[in-house]
Amino acid sequence: MSADQFLQYLISGLTMGSIYALVGLGFTIIYAVTRIINFAQGEFVMLGGMLSFYLISSAGIPLVPALILSVLTATAIGAIMYILAIRTARRASVVSLIIITIGAAVFFRGIAGEVFPWGVDIVRPPYFTGSESISFLGAYIHPQALWIIGTTLGVMVLLHLFLSYTMVGKALKACAISPVAAGMVGINPKAMALIAFTLAAALGGIGGVVMAPLTLTYYSVGFMLGLKGFVAASIGGFKSPIATVVGGFTLGIVESLAVGVDWGPFTSSYKDVIAMVVLLLILLIRSGRLAAEERVG
Amino acid sequence: MKKYLKSSVILVLVVALLAIFPMGCTQEETIDAGDTYKVGALLDLSGPCSNLGIPEKQTAEMMVDQINAAGGINGHPVEIIIYDTEGDNDKAALMAEKLINQDKVLAIVGPSRSGTSMHIIDTVTTAKIPLVSLAAARSIVEPVAQRYWIFKTPQTEYEVIPEIYSYLQSANITDVAIISDTGGFGDAGRTLLLDLADDYGIDIVDDQTFADADTSMISQVTHIKGNNPQAVVCWSTDKGSAIVAQDMKTMQMEDVLLFMSHGVANKAFVTAGGDAVEGVIIPAGKVLAADEVPDSDPQKEVLVSYRDDYEALYGVGSIDTFGGHCYDGLSWVILALEEMVDGLTLAEARDFIRGEIESMPEFNGTSGVFNISPEDHLGLGTGNLYMYKIVEGEWIWLK
Repeated sequence: MSADQFLQYLISGLTMGSIYALVGLGFTIIYAVTRIINFAQGEFVMLGGMLSFYLISSAGIPLVPALILSVLTATAIGAIMYILAIRTARRASVVSLIIITIGAAVFFRGIAGEVFPWGVDIVRPPYFTGSESISFLGAYIHPQALWIIGTTLGVMVLLHLFLSYTMVGKALKACAISPVAAGMVGINPKAMALIAFTLAAALGGIGGVVMAPLTLTYYSVGFMLGLKGFVAASIGGFKSPIATVVGGFTLGIVESLAVGVDWGPFTSSYKDVIAMVVLLLILLIRSGRLAAEERVG
Repeated sequence: MKKYLKSSVILVLVVALLAIFPMGCTQEETIDAGDTYKVGALLDLSGPCSNLGIPEKQTAEMMVDQINAAGGINGHPVEIIIYDTEGDNDKAALMAEKLINQDKVLAIVGPSRSGTSMHIIDTVTTAKIPLVSLAAARSIVEPVAQRYWIFKTPQTEYEVIPEIYSYLQSANITDVAIISDTGGFGDAGRTLLLDLADDYGIDIVDDQTFADADTSMISQVTHIKGNNPQAVVCWSTDKGSAIVAQDMKTMQMEDVLLFMSHGVANKAFVTAGGDAVEGVIIPAGKVLAADEVPDSDPQKEVLVSYRDDYEALYGVGSIDTFGGHCYDGLSWVILALEEMVDGLTLAEARDFIRGEIESMPEFNGTSGVFNISPEDHLGLGTGNLYMYKIVEGEWIWLK
């Protein structure tokens, strides 16, 4: 592998990793605050992409307002989903709530396949800033990939600041650390759960509008994206926005390098196998360390 | 409570038995003058292959409307009963049972996907009902000894790949990289691409794969670029193929020819692909260039009339090759029904239709000239495809 090829694999890995991270951030926030794995997270990414294509191509709204409107709509749908489906079942166990999110995912997928005028076809919203690839030290990058990486890093920083320096953010963090203690000091866990679901839907929507021009979108794209995002969040330990983004980058770069490195008979067919083995190793090492920390603590 | 439960179980069993009995008896009923001919269709109207199922459904409905408007087949109105398999094996099997036992159809057209078609072969074989599959894989009709009741209409990779390789050979291209998805369609294509390369003097310089969940193929394309191929053959469905084209463009590989499978010969692929799929070369049925087909071609008449009828109903430019597969398959069933006499039982009628399809004389369809025989339940040779290049979002036939 030559140096510029290595750089190319790295850039490719960062692009994929950013996509996984954008999906993963929603998982992390909801899990940290409510201990629910929201399997409908990928569907908000789908909704963001599909809505932006609809608003731009069918409704003729200019790019920027269309993107904002798509994200806001996805956000509102997330809040409504929490109020109608999760909060009404508040006495149910966490496992039941997770199953409710699977139901919600199937529901969103089914509706999306019906309501949009292009039905079940794949669609591509326009690129934000054209498709002329940018040359960089012998490697190439699509301008939309730069948008994706930039958005991921921007969202990560904003989330980190929000959680560390605002009252609501600190309350969310308190809920994540100990819901009982947070309740004792007057934080309403239900309000925090609503904020977490709304924020996660917004993140999904943002991810959807920024990645759809590059990855294309269709009504059932959310499931696969959700799986990868879930893995990214698991590598990050569902802990913090920064850990999730690092998790996404790790997954993306490992996948990309697994294609580039020719290990004898291990062609790109083994890419997913190699990626999974590396991930298992990371999780094993980390859980060992966590167990050690718990013993010390 | 327990007693109540027990008696209700017995009640359910009795009802179930009663429901089964009349089914056995009605087998003896005969199809008489003026009775409706019922034909079943199992199509992927939702799920991953719905872009195939929807034009198939539209074609089937159009054909049945035309027949009924003209007074039916020998005075029999035709009814088409369409069920959505959702691309799911179990659902396809369930719907096949429903068509066979409840709706009592004479023959079944579909399913759209190879996986679902393979899954219901046992069901239709046991029930002794003819099935005309609209899916790609060769193994649907082979080995033919075990596929007595099964036929199919679409070309397989065995017809398509030789067309691509001959084209490459005539253009003096030897260094070829292949990239395919790890699903059934991609894998079957990849295997044959590797097998046939030597016969056409082609050197496979790289062999990359990607998974359905992959969002970017830049890594695979980087690997391919490092091996300097003259042409790339991509074997996948819409989404993966469009991303491969986009990523090759990002990597500034404009001077490398890009070939794709007949699986992407549809409007949605070109629309969604946009600029990135410009210049892509695809082998596909002649229906996409119906007007340009020479008058001497035996398919000319059927191609133009099907295209005109379809676009009159569903819009100019809506034609694709998948609806054509359904046109061919349903035509076989209709041709068989035209020969059928009244007074047959359902089982006799199903057997008659199967025999008629198998012994059908040369048939000029949308996907080619079919010569079905007891040894070949597809009956297509090579020469039924054109190579198209996508130029400004249109299919241009490379003569």
